[in-house]
Amino acid sequence: MGFMTIDGRKVEFTDEKNVLSVIRKAGIDLPTLCYHSELSTFGACRLCTVEDDRGRTFASCSEEPRDGMVIYTNSGRIKKYRKMIVELLLSAHCRDCTTCVKSGECKLQELAHRMNITTVRFQNTREERPLDTSSPALIRDPNKCILCGNCVRACRELQGLEVLGFTHRGTDAMVTPAFDKPLSETDCVSCGQCRVFCPTGAISIRTNMDEVWDAINDPNTRVVAQVAPAVRVAVGDAFGLTKGHSVMGKLVAVLHRMGFDEVYDTTFAADLTIMEESKEFLNRVEKNEKLPLLTSCCPAWVKFVCDQYPEFKDNLSTCRSPQGMFSAVIKEYYKNPEKNQGKKTFVVSIMPCTAKKMEILRSNNFTHGEQDTDIVLTTTEIIRMINNSGIDFASQETEACDMPFGFGSGAGAIFGVTGGVTEAMLRRLADDHNKATMDAIAEAGARGDEGIKEFTVNYKGTDLNVCVASGLANAQTVMEDVKNGRKHYHIIEIMACRRGCIMGGGQPPRAGDRTKSARRDGLYQADHVTSIRKADENPLILSLYDTLLKDKAHELLHVDKY
Amino acid sequence: MLDQSYYEKTDEIIEFYGRKASSLIPIMQDIQAEYRYLPGELLTYVAKEIGVREAKAYSVATFYENFSFEPKGKYIIKVCDGTACHVRKSIPILEALQKELGLSKKKHTTDDMLFTVETVSCLGACGLAPTMTVNNEVYPSMTPEKALDLIAELRGDNV
Repeated sequence: MGFMTIDGRKVEFTDEKNVLSVIRKAGIDLPTLCYHSELSTFGACRLCTVEDDRGRTFASCSEEPRDGMVIYTNSGRIKKYRKMIVELLLSAHCRDCTTCVKSGECKLQELAHRMNITTVRFQNTREERPLDTSSPALIRDPNKCILCGNCVRACRELQGLEVLGFTHRGTDAMVTPAFDKPLSETDCVSCGQCRVFCPTGAISIRTNMDEVWDAINDPNTRVVAQVAPAVRVAVGDAFGLTKGHSVMGKLVAVLHRMGFDEVYDTTFAADLTIMEESKEFLNRVEKNEKLPLLTSCCPAWVKFVCDQYPEFKDNLSTCRSPQGMFSAVIKEYYKNPEKNQGKKTFVVSIMPCTAKKMEILRSNNFTHGEQDTDIVLTTTEIIRMINNSGIDFASQETEACDMPFGFGSGAGAIFGVTGGVTEAMLRRLADDHNKATMDAIAEAGARGDEGIKEFTVNYKGTDLNVCVASGLANAQTVMEDVKNGRKHYHIIEIMACRRGCIMGGGQPPRAGDRTKSARRDGLYQADHVTSIRKADENPLILSLYDTLLKDKAHELLHVDKY
Repeated sequence: MLDQSYYEKTDEIIEFYGRKASSLIPIMQDIQAEYRYLPGELLTYVAKEIGVREAKAYSVATFYENFSFEPKGKYIIKVCDGTACHVRKSIPILEALQKELGLSKKKHTTDDMLFTVETVSCLGACGLAPTMTVNNEVYPSMTPEKALDLIAELRGDNV
């Protein structure tokens, strides 16, 4: 508590942890490249440097607010320093902005513009280094790295993996995996959080937009899209619509106009997942084997278990992810010559996730040895494709998804937020669908932004211990507790990204606290307005079990082994 | 693939310092003292054993100039390039050595594994600048010519 003077104005501060936060609260957008409230303070970029009344300069991100401080954020000296910092960064940076994937969203580009830098006086002496294109999800371009360390901290602090690290020092310093190995040979789970925090184009999504345009342009191909829950609450923001509002209807309309032959909803497959996973769960509880059940919707988490906790592989649910189930079903459906009319089926799944690009290539997700999902597009890519097509998103009339796979229950929609899978399963286990029952489940403990949540529910006389966690660093804490016998759970739901898929590695980045909660509330709202809120009451699912899935549920919806 | 004996030796070193993150540097130093370099496989192994991520261990190992992932030659020549030595012309000495031995900024060790040439930031012998060391023996007030003579002498010992 106290007051400080910022640029001649008295500003009150309360519990802000650093001077930078106070300055920003006072309405001054002090630039930073390495500061993120979710990560530890690093103090590397020095852009938040300010001056005090004694002429001392310091990085405001690393200074605690003190009563009576007098701060200048825009003195001539500070402005000169700030501009110099950006100029020096640019001098050792690839400046082919027009062809950079990050153009328009790049923080360095934005700062150069803001600082009015029109020429760079210094020569680039950095050696050109090759791109790492080994990962199916991400591309690492070391030439665009500014050593802010955001990726290093995101991987270490949020995901507990630390695949990337600083290597060498001084002018030789770089960010690479150990021994400069390609990402594909590391423990990288493709979650894409490094890319979310990267201010430049040094880590970007491996895009597959051209393959999709090619398929759309091929008259002999039926291009089928499935749209994941978290996508619909993130797309609108990019087109000036209200943050977090579901724009599924508009998105379906735009996808149709872009040339997608059929557009379906992944929530449909989420309902299938719930049917299968709850059956599997009850079976395991009854036999008291392979507990805790570990959810398997999140491919980054599945890879994490396989790499870091192989002894728990058998605990993973054998259910494929909703994406996997959906594609297997649709490919099976179009096997029928009457249905496919001689056309090839090309499944594009639109996901908030980079790891999904990795999931579709894992052979245990194949059906009869064939890849089910042809391409995964992230939210970021679909936004780019919409821009590319020139369609005015905001003014589109809404359209409904196609049939027969175009409807999912509200339980499917909340898969996109941490705790959603658990809540959906609890609904499935409930005997009725009364509002009171649904409300009670919502209050059970699965909801909320905390990284680790645990609670107990009673199912037919048995107490079931539930754990819901998001962020792999939290997952690691949970798994260590389980491994060392400190905790006993029946089911553990993990989403690799903090807060779940709404904050996935494929979502548009630069999402602050307001965006985070808006996306979350958007999904709960989408659930709220759906009349069917239990997976087992989705009529499309029930009829599917009597027809297409008859005797085929296991081969289409499960993996044989991890 | 490294011989099993390397891992056994490493286990001994790890046991000595204890399985904790803070043992990383002393363990790496002892491994390097044993083999004159730090084999990458052992670094990965150590990281796993003491519960440090591989990237972190690699980060530490590359931060310090002293650790080398490449086997070093019989004679390790360190040319001091600290401020005092630098202004008294240490770079021409380095360049002469590199030229004579066919080495560069990237290639530090001769193919016959006889010589390794590297720079150090300060040997703490500024009064003797420009200085270099061969296997920890100090050679003061060097010139490119004296350095080349020394190489010839060391080569002679190994004929």
